[in-house]
Amino acid sequence: MDSVRSSVGAPQGAAAAMTSVKIVVAGGFGVGKTTFVGSVSEITPLTTEAMMTVASTDVDDLSHVPDKNTTTVAMDFGRITLDKDLILYLFGTPGQHRFWFMWDDLIQGAIGAVVLVDTRRLADSFPAVDYFEASGLPFVIGINGFYGQFPHRSKDVSEALAISPDVPVIPCDARNRESTKATLVTLVEHAMSVQATGRY
Amino acid sequence: MTGPPRGDDRPLPPGSARSWDNRSGGPWEERSANWNRGSNAWEGGRPPAGGSWDTASGRRGGGQRSNEEEAVGRLVRPYTVTGGRTQPRYQLQVEALVTATVYEPRDLSVLAPECQAILQFCRDWRSVAEISAVLRLPLGVARILIADMGADGLVRIHQREDAEGRPDLNLLERVLSGLRKI
Repeated sequence: MDSVRSSVGAPQGAAAAMTSVKIVVAGGFGVGKTTFVGSVSEITPLTTEAMMTVASTDVDDLSHVPDKNTTTVAMDFGRITLDKDLILYLFGTPGQHRFWFMWDDLIQGAIGAVVLVDTRRLADSFPAVDYFEASGLPFVIGINGFYGQFPHRSKDVSEALAISPDVPVIPCDARNRESTKATLVTLVEHAMSVQATGRY
Repeated sequence: MTGPPRGDDRPLPPGSARSWDNRSGGPWEERSANWNRGSNAWEGGRPPAGGSWDTASGRRGGGQRSNEEEAVGRLVRPYTVTGGRTQPRYQLQVEALVTATVYEPRDLSVLAPECQAILQFCRDWRSVAEISAVLRLPLGVARILIADMGADGLVRIHQREDAEGRPDLNLLERVLSGLRKI
């Protein structure tokens, strides 16, 4: 169960004890992933880009740009220094679901995922829920209350998403730092209970 | 769940005696120790931590570019700097931390400008994702360059190797208490 840090060429000492962890933030387009990351990040969310090559042209319609043989997939992320030797990164998933390969890469070693849900467009979150259920990554559902309104009860959302009753479903406000923090705390607690009970 | 493949099974380039998974001692440690002894003299000239970050992130503040602009603006093919390689020596996670072991390589001219930029930027701990975003290197390119620089002893790389493929309870406990404090 121990986490062993692999320190390439690191000397013993304080600097050698630096550790990073990550949490994935998923959800449909425009549901507030970057807002969520930005509300708690100590840096303005940054964007890293990955290139997709010609191999993907079967799924990407590039007919209107015949000379284009690469596509860029963007991922927003933020950073929170939790301790002098511990940094948490929050990664927003690339919105388009055809970029599963990026997700596979992203969830390696992640603590878990927050799936942000807009109850007016619940179906937008189905692919993310399916994905995390299949991959065994602990996740929580954050109902992003647009205009501060939560017209649906957590239990109803849980049933509508057809997820296990063990998966926490919590109202949140992606713009609000305290709310985002509370959502992350819920996720970490859930990840711990998942690990303690050995269930996914 | 078993741990993800780390690229440990990937054959190393001919002539390379090093491996990513060399956790205790070995050529890695010795080599690094030498580097550090050699670089102590430069510590005095180290700028305040975070200084370069602010400058660099400010540069990005100009807003998002569209994919089209990006395609037009990028005159050099992205993998030219890696010599056409698209696979790194070891699989670096996006959150793996990188720090420079040397700040002023004796001969800068042997390093690609991208590698010089990485050394400049990594005067404090930076993740692979931050390096990619701030230096505007596609993630795949950044991973290859960083892994190479790690092999050459120019940077130190810290990446967790979880026995269960996920952070253990002890680490989660620390994250939880950190989150409650911020």
